Amino acid sequence: MTVDLRTRYLGLDLRSPIVASASPLTGEPASARLLEQAGAAAIVLPSLFEEELLFEDMEINRSLEAGTDSFAEALDYFPNIESFAGAGDRYLERLRQIKAKAGIPVIASLNATTAGGWVRYAKLMEDAGADALELNLYHVAADPARSAADVEAADLALVAAVRTSVRIPLAVKLSPYYSSMANVARHVIDAGADGLVLFNRFYQPDLDLDTLEVVARLDLSQSWELRLPLRWIAILRPQLGPKASLAATSGVGSATDVVKALMVGADVAMMTSAILRNGPDKIRTVEAGLRTWMSENEYESVSQLCGSASSAAVEDPSAFERANYMRTLRSWSAPRDLTTA
Amino acid sequence: MTLQTPVERPVAAPGAAPASPDARSRDKVFVCMDGNEAAARIAYALSEVISIFPITPASPMAEHADDWSAAGKPNLWGKVPDVVEMQSEGGAAGALHGALQKGALATTFTASQGLLLMIPNMFKIAGELTPTVIHVAARTLATHALSIYGDHSDVMHARATGWAMLAAGSVQEAHDFALVSHAATLRSRIPFLHFFDGFRTSHEINKIAVMDDAVIRSLIRDDDVLAFRARGMTPDAPFVRGTAQNPDSFFQAREAANRFYDAVPGIVTEVMAELAEQTGRRYGLVDYHGAPDADRVIVIMGSAAGAVQETVDALNVTGQKVGVVVVRLFQPFPTDALIAALPATVRSIAVLDRTKEPGAVGEPLYQAIVAALAERMDSETPPFAAMPRVIGGRYGLSSKEVTPGMIRPVFDELSAARPKRHFTVGIYDDVTHLSLPIDVDYRTPRPAGEVQALFFGLGSDGTVGANHASVKIIGEGTDLFAQGYFVYDSKKSGGTTVSHLRFGPVPTRSAYLIDAADFIACHQFGLLDKIKILDFAKPGATFLLNSPYGPAEIWDHLSAEVQKLLLDKQIDFWVIDALAVAAETGMATRINTIMQPCFFHLSGVLPSAEAIERIKEFVKKTYIKRGQAVVDRNYAAIDASIARLGHVTLGPAGTGHALPPIVPEDAPEFVKHVTAVLMAGGGDQLPVSAFPVDGTFPSGTTRYEKRAIALELPIWDPSICIDCGKCAMVCPHAAIRMKVYPAAAVEGAPAGFLSKEFKSRDLANHRLTIQVAPDDCTGCGVCVDVCPAKSKTEIKHKSINLEPAEAHRDMERPNWEFFQSIPPLDRSLIAHDTVKGAQVLEPLFEFSLACNGCGETPYLKLVSQLFGDRMIVANATGCSSIYGANLPTTPWTVNAAGRGPAWNNSLFEDNAEFGLGMRLGLDAQNDQARRLVTKLAPAIGPDLVRDILEADQETEPGIDAQRARIVRLREVLGSLDGDARTDARHLLALANDLVRKGIWIIGGDGWAYDIGYGGLDHVLGSGRNVNVLVLDTEVYSNTGGQASKATPRGAVAKFAAAGKGRAKKDLGAVARAYGDVYVAQISMGANDAQAAKALLEADAWPGPSLVIAYSTCIAHGIEMSKSMSHQKDAVRSGYWPLYRFHPSDAESGQPFKLDSKMPSMLVSEFVAGETRFAILARTQPERAAELAQLAQADVDERWRYYEQLAAMHRSVPHLPLIDPDKQAELTPGADSATTAGGTPDDVTAEPMMADSAAAKGDEA
Repeated sequence: MTVDLRTRYLGLDLRSPIVASASPLTGEPASARLLEQAGAAAIVLPSLFEEELLFEDMEINRSLEAGTDSFAEALDYFPNIESFAGAGDRYLERLRQIKAKAGIPVIASLNATTAGGWVRYAKLMEDAGADALELNLYHVAADPARSAADVEAADLALVAAVRTSVRIPLAVKLSPYYSSMANVARHVIDAGADGLVLFNRFYQPDLDLDTLEVVARLDLSQSWELRLPLRWIAILRPQLGPKASLAATSGVGSATDVVKALMVGADVAMMTSAILRNGPDKIRTVEAGLRTWMSENEYESVSQLCGSASSAAVEDPSAFERANYMRTLRSWSAPRDLTTA
Repeated sequence: MTLQTPVERPVAAPGAAPASPDARSRDKVFVCMDGNEAAARIAYALSEVISIFPITPASPMAEHADDWSAAGKPNLWGKVPDVVEMQSEGGAAGALHGALQKGALATTFTASQGLLLMIPNMFKIAGELTPTVIHVAARTLATHALSIYGDHSDVMHARATGWAMLAAGSVQEAHDFALVSHAATLRSRIPFLHFFDGFRTSHEINKIAVMDDAVIRSLIRDDDVLAFRARGMTPDAPFVRGTAQNPDSFFQAREAANRFYDAVPGIVTEVMAELAEQTGRRYGLVDYHGAPDADRVIVIMGSAAGAVQETVDALNVTGQKVGVVVVRLFQPFPTDALIAALPATVRSIAVLDRTKEPGAVGEPLYQAIVAALAERMDSETPPFAAMPRVIGGRYGLSSKEVTPGMIRPVFDELSAARPKRHFTVGIYDDVTHLSLPIDVDYRTPRPAGEVQALFFGLGSDGTVGANHASVKIIGEGTDLFAQGYFVYDSKKSGGTTVSHLRFGPVPTRSAYLIDAADFIACHQFGLLDKIKILDFAKPGATFLLNSPYGPAEIWDHLSAEVQKLLLDKQIDFWVIDALAVAAETGMATRINTIMQPCFFHLSGVLPSAEAIERIKEFVKKTYIKRGQAVVDRNYAAIDASIARLGHVTLGPAGTGHALPPIVPEDAPEFVKHVTAVLMAGGGDQLPVSAFPVDGTFPSGTTRYEKRAIALELPIWDPSICIDCGKCAMVCPHAAIRMKVYPAAAVEGAPAGFLSKEFKSRDLANHRLTIQVAPDDCTGCGVCVDVCPAKSKTEIKHKSINLEPAEAHRDMERPNWEFFQSIPPLDRSLIAHDTVKGAQVLEPLFEFSLACNGCGETPYLKLVSQLFGDRMIVANATGCSSIYGANLPTTPWTVNAAGRGPAWNNSLFEDNAEFGLGMRLGLDAQNDQARRLVTKLAPAIGPDLVRDILEADQETEPGIDAQRARIVRLREVLGSLDGDARTDARHLLALANDLVRKGIWIIGGDGWAYDIGYGGLDHVLGSGRNVNVLVLDTEVYSNTGGQASKATPRGAVAKFAAAGKGRAKKDLGAVARAYGDVYVAQISMGANDAQAAKALLEADAWPGPSLVIAYSTCIAHGIEMSKSMSHQKDAVRSGYWPLYRFHPSDAESGQPFKLDSKMPSMLVSEFVAGETRFAILARTQPERAAELAQLAQADVDERWRYYEQLAAMHRSVPHLPLIDPDKQAELTPGADSATTAGGTPDDVTAEPMMADSAAAKGDEA
């Protein structure tokens, strides 16, 4: 039987629910093309991090000015470069190049640090041809003087500010660390977001014991990490209603992961780590698996599948809200060396 | 051809920067630029091929051309000129000659010794009547010393080449005469040398009228261009040029071109007239200015003409009758024009030459004037009633100032009954008494409405950049004229800058420094006690001080001397804490955008609000290409500035502190009486007698120059120190020292003096101290970056940490004094081939003026530690010759025995040959000494003779033993009498050369890979025992980062603005091909022990050695405190493999030892952190990506090749014959080459690291 994989995300018609999420592969025109050829229904570019961009501009300026006007023989150390592309310019140029060749929607992603930066770059991304924009609210709330309410208010303000500055669809990628997730989710939608992406992953710092230095460590996600977005999409899907798009990300690595994401209410499932591990063709494999599963289980379309196991659709909705501690603990069997100790 | 008489002079004063807005001018565009850019714009517009080579102060002309070419800017005919960097000026001239012979319009730029390298080709180019122009920023020729500054000694040595010579005296003239030269050369076929004064004109920024393409086109006639092309070489119409001629033909053929020279004055006059038609700016071949009935006249050429004109005007107002003749066309000499220009009333003439020709009857301009006058006075119609008296003077060598106070005495001298026939101007000659007095109080009136402003800053603080901007803001944004000139000191780190700015309603003629300013700003508080800043203030002037103290507190923090000057001159005194504002606005130490608005606010040159707007516009124009963030931060700093100004009420006199002495009381006499004066900025006042007659200066004087420039000092925590010595090893300034000493030596130490137990099986009861020299450290932080010892309880705390200097300097001063008083450890007690061991050895290279974090100097320090007391250095011109010997002080120093490196610099191109010559000399002296020892054997005694002649001096103990023998020999020789006396005297003079010494040939990659490569190759092929150390920064660092053949693929450098497309030359491979050359590639930051070992092996190798040292540089665009981390990454990525090639004559010898591990990171990761590479991805991303791929392929391929080399067996059969006459004698222990440095197998068997602590964090 033929299955209809089409879905709608942020008002965009997609050929399937499998989206290639932000990774180095989505940021380069050549690899982005490969992702499309492998069947990605849309691609999300890596986030433009305003903080990094500012740092780069300042650092390049510093190194170009270092040692200048100090010594009569060497008044500067670099050729007079009339103009060069900063990190922002390069991002926008790549976005333009990818968009020019892509037959699928291209979603730009932004993580800014200043109110002006959010709005400025959002507008520039729209102008560069992005079909939609994903705001990546990625920050570590480490300031003890700022309350949760302050943090949330600031986030909502910038969503609203970006909403008024661009006309393309807007998704907001959230972290799972809000105290009242459901409340924040609703307010983000109310502030003008067309959808939510659940969740971003923080690259947690690590220690290098050889050099005794704090290092940034990038670990690819594992399948079990999908359970967190599954829970929240299941809960939020009925709360937010059909107009809000939902995307599941973190740990989507197989067809069954996609199925689960769709069943709890996601419109799309986003893949990153699995593609980085296995290459763009992984999308083809997952899509084939999805077709097979749906066919074997006699699902006709993604829309049929979508939300079929949300908290509103399951027998015991509290299963998603329960802490699950008791059941998990009972099902856990201790390793042998502990039991024999 | 019409020549104007003085009566017909135009309104605009010749040489008076005639570009006034009132001038009848077709080109109304006024732009502020320096002389180099003014000339380069024309040269670029009129050339198809531009062959270049960097040399100060002409390099910017070539850099502009390269930048424009890289940006695709077309010339007048729509073609983008091909700008090609050559390996030397000789190469540039050769390429120029070739391009011209093909019929392409070509040019080049040069100065000084670079021009001399072009002279052989210049003769050819002129002999072939080939039109071209060389633009010269005229610079001093190196004689007793190198000087980068300006005079005419270089161009005057091109007189015989047959080139026309046209002298520009201002920025406007450099622009105009560039065009005149190009037009006249095409019309006359005589090549033109267009020159202007180095620095004074080449680097002065001034407001000039810029000629557009239409003006340029109107003077460049198509017919001339086509005629030139038609003479080009082509097989379609072949001819032979460049024949060899014989006595029967050469002479006549040489005379055949005479008519072309005869025509030049007329042609130049014609072109100048056309220029005047187009622009309103009127020039003559010579121009007269002054009284029509003058009796005394000065003749001069170049930028000093303005000061003479000012003096002439001032004296004529007082009723004197004086004038000045400014010579523009020097060759072919325009006698007619000169005679026509001189007033008929002239009685005496002083000719001023900006050059010295020792032993000549007079300098070149003087000779020309005397000859021209004598010829005309001998004609049928003598122009003067009597032959005017002519005297000749030298002035302005190496940019020495020329002011009205120096010129007026020249007119006085012309009035004397018996004036000095030959004299000097601007110095005090108390030896041959040639100098004329200087009237230090004499000043000519300044134009009404002019503001003269002085700014004292540091190179790193943006002062010069801001003042460049101010000149442009005012000059290009208003009707005012503006001039900026910038003076730098000799330091590459922490150097002082003084900006001299003039703004006014009329163009300035004053090409000299400001000494009576309306406005003075001191951008660095610390300078106030070091420079007599307020000596340069007019009474009632405004003084702005960047001060950490507010208006209420500042008075008590001033010296009594400054207080007195403020009161005496009733200075309007303002302060601002610009560093605080900079910190608040994220500007770090760049305080320029804070000080600049304050200048405008206080000086009143522009209304404050308007000035702020213009500064912001300028900031936006300058920085928007570097990102909005940079612009925003500058805006914030500008906005925060003026409100923070505070006005100071002058307090009571005499409450301030006394100024410290410049050098300590116990400094040597020469240091106190000469060096200290130079350090204090008083060098201009030193008389001739103060100076050595032959350029010989004492070693080791940097230790007397206590600069205290570090904002943070590295402070040692002995509790976690692991004795590795890395901090001392990498210190670019030898300001971190390690000493090991018997425990008893610590007695009497200051309370804060730290030490720890020295862990050693061999040296019991010894202690170790790591000590900073608090006034010599620059605070670069390299030592902290490299320290591997971290606290167990707080990992950010290392054994050495940067802490605020103010909190530590007072305590560390007595510690450093005490540390120095501890005798160095006996060198025989410690292994030299470990990092720790080497760092206990005393450095004999210290406190150089190199850049903060310099990657070169740690290698030199290490060499000086290992071999300093027995090394002779031949140093190529470049960074290492500048920080190695730029006065006032010198870093190469001596040990307690008075021994240390003997150092000399010849040229840029000849250093290998220079060093080889030293070896030849040393060997000759050693030969002769041995012969005399043998001859005097009966008197010396057979045992001592045998011991001396057969001494094993391979190692340091052997050398020490030989030194002891020489002491005994000297005693014996001193007592000899009779027939042996003469031989004994000769042997006494040579005896020290019986002790083994090393020749170290040191230079950068520009020398080794490019300009000096031919000589280096020859010396490596000579088999002689010399050690070559290449400090490879991969660019011409000293002249500002131009590409060399050492520049890697993908790096952006000057002359490679689009990223270098070719891979770096493998210099080591070329040297290895000889088979008998020891070759090593080292990188201290990656493997310090391998670096030390390679240098020891190079020294021990009895033939030629080449050590190529990776040297991080400010031109890499890196954070210099992380210098060693970058070196480590260069090796980890395989970009810079470490190896030693130790020639072997063993049958199974494996000479090539690869010392670095298999690459463990991508080249792309290494280069991402260096702006020189990273910038290309931002300017040309596709090219960057392509070059990055190739760069990785370069590394992969080289690694594969080197791995194969490491496995190869190669023997050099002739090795025992190397240096056949000398080897056995010089190193009797080394009867075969392999024993000298150990076999490669021996080396590989040894552990690289002396101990595990040192190994931590190392590559090995």
